[in-house]
Amino acid sequence: MVDSRSATLGDDSTAIMIRRLWKFNGGVHPPQHKIESTNDAVTTGTLPKRLTLPLHQHIGEAADPVVKVGDKVLKGQLIARATGYVSSPVHAPSSGTIVDIDEYPIPHPSGLNAQCIVIDTDGLDEWADHTPVENFRELSPSALRNTIREAGIVGLGGAGFPSYIKLNPGHDKGIKTLILNGVECEPYITCDDMLMRERPKHIVEGLRIARHALHAEECIIAIEDNKPEAFKSLTAAASKHDYIHVVQVPTLYPQGSEKQLVKVLTGKEVPSNGLCLHVGVVGINVGTTAAIYRAICLGEPLISRFMTVTGNAILKPRNFEVLIGTSMDHLLEQCSGGEPHYDKLIMGGPMMGFALHSSRLPVIKTTNCVLALSTVSEPPATVMPCIRCGACADACPVNLLPQQLYWYSSNKDLEKTQEYNLFDCIECGCCSYVCPSKIPLVQYYRYAKGDIWIKEREKEKADLARQRFESREVRIIRRKAEHGARRKKKKERLQGKTATAQRDNKKAQIDEAIKRVSERRDKAVERANEMRGKIPSPENENKTDDSNSKQP
Amino acid sequence: MLTAILALSLLALAFGLLLGFSAVRFKVEGDPLVDKIDALLPQTQCGQCSYPGCRPYATAIANGEADINQCPPGGETTIIALADLLERDPKPLNPENGEVKPKLVAVIIEPQCIGCTLCIQACPVDAILGAAKQMHTIITDECTGCELCVPPCPVDCIDMVEIKKDIMTWKWSIPDQPPSATTVQPS
Repeated sequence: MVDSRSATLGDDSTAIMIRRLWKFNGGVHPPQHKIESTNDAVTTGTLPKRLTLPLHQHIGEAADPVVKVGDKVLKGQLIARATGYVSSPVHAPSSGTIVDIDEYPIPHPSGLNAQCIVIDTDGLDEWADHTPVENFRELSPSALRNTIREAGIVGLGGAGFPSYIKLNPGHDKGIKTLILNGVECEPYITCDDMLMRERPKHIVEGLRIARHALHAEECIIAIEDNKPEAFKSLTAAASKHDYIHVVQVPTLYPQGSEKQLVKVLTGKEVPSNGLCLHVGVVGINVGTTAAIYRAICLGEPLISRFMTVTGNAILKPRNFEVLIGTSMDHLLEQCSGGEPHYDKLIMGGPMMGFALHSSRLPVIKTTNCVLALSTVSEPPATVMPCIRCGACADACPVNLLPQQLYWYSSNKDLEKTQEYNLFDCIECGCCSYVCPSKIPLVQYYRYAKGDIWIKEREKEKADLARQRFESREVRIIRRKAEHGARRKKKKERLQGKTATAQRDNKKAQIDEAIKRVSERRDKAVERANEMRGKIPSPENENKTDDSNSKQP
Repeated sequence: MLTAILALSLLALAFGLLLGFSAVRFKVEGDPLVDKIDALLPQTQCGQCSYPGCRPYATAIANGEADINQCPPGGETTIIALADLLERDPKPLNPENGEVKPKLVAVIIEPQCIGCTLCIQACPVDAILGAAKQMHTIITDECTGCELCVPPCPVDCIDMVEIKKDIMTWKWSIPDQPPSATTVQPS
């Protein structure tokens, strides 16, 4: 347990409140490298000539374009709408013309291309109509969430999960604590730090809006103790609101991970496969609350963000406020005063980021950092066999057994990896960081997770195919049976008809024969009577009949 | 002596009744082995195994009429899974049944379609939508890539195309394995 000084500034006096903090297992202390990029104030990026906006910048379904090539768009205008519950719209970051909607390279570990909308800016930066909300308290939580959804706000900490879903925990889940995550534990990245220093009012206002949407009782702003300036400025900005506590937490990677932060601040452990809201907590990144403030109080959708450009290959590392869609090239040049020279380009931090295959990629909503490293000084790490030292298990903040997971995922025993709770792994990279054999452990877990997802998708597809195949078989058999039954019936009916017809025919023949006979007889009787010259009496008739019949 | 015989007979009777009851009450419907085998097959329903679908092939394997290496869409993975289930040795795919190909999906060149419904009748999973003298189209999500619709088409307007890799279906590949302890050279 660690005690931390959490300050709640009164009007004049400083009240010091001791808040109990908890600890999670493991964690590492990688070199910070944060000072390099915090020397200068945040630079507003110059308006680029061309903006490339991927339709898939968030977790969930890709957005669907609502503009055509050749359309003129204004700053903040909707250009692609959300296509489902877990999705987010995209807005034009500046005014200009849509020049293309096609596949372009995007920042993604695969290096594949994806659908993008390309805008050539006109330099006027002309805003579309937007209506700020005077007092957010007049809006219902549902209306607030709608506005946040329409503003295209996603988690800016790096995950890109649509924020309005986070603010909609459902009626039965009483949210007690709202955690504002200003921890920023990953080395090199300082964009949240700079945002907290420069825009504390935006962050606090955004936090109040989020609290209103969630009906949370208390808010905790968590900041690591390596950011004293940010702590000071937020403490000052939050001093008027007694339900906001600004808390300094000791620096430890990966404290910025939501579940670990919940543990540190509340002592509650999020269950395996569970979410923070299951323990009555919601966590939001500081960048996201600033974006929420802009969306509600200024009416501006998410079209720009703070991001860090740093690394030992960068001449002047610093933070930018850039428009989404700006090319990374553009920023690297501004920081290096010319063509930058680097060996490795990473989006995100050195622990959880991924390598980029090119610098001609757009900044997207989740780009918090571009790290350009020159690795000439370090020899390439040779991967050695696992010596079962157990250092990874000591470092794992989720209490997993990384070497078992490594063993099973490298042998492609996916069932076993799940038994060892692979899906609780947050891919923080602590295990790889401490591994004396330099085994890229997280890569194995990512591979195993991906393979399991693919297998599950394939299984779903196979089940569907089986179902459709079986229902088709049943249908074919039923059709055949129905057809057979119909044919049989028809045959029977036809046969029945001929039988009756034949019967009728015979009867008619007999009747005709009887008729013919009786006619002939009548004629004979008549002739006989004529010959006798008298009308016969009934008795005589009988007699005549008899006599007639006796006649040859 | 008599008590012992009586007790044992009673016990035998009681257990006999219990077993008889269980046999009726917990009777297993169908052949569970066929279901287990069927669950491992890829459900492409392509008939390359020479049986008219995955379930008939599963039945044939269960009856010992077919071998486990006749499913080209399943490839090595399916053969190994079947070998595990049936406790046999895995063997390479029988080349007579075809070869392993990347996953394909059928696409109808719609302007050329004459609406003859022959492909609809051939599709084992009802993944083709259309009616007589109306243009047909493939429900891509439900197509298993079995290619059974290709030969019946009189105007040859069905193409089999490879499924495009995109960021939604992409996955991390396994890293290069470290050398085993014995092969490491001291540097």
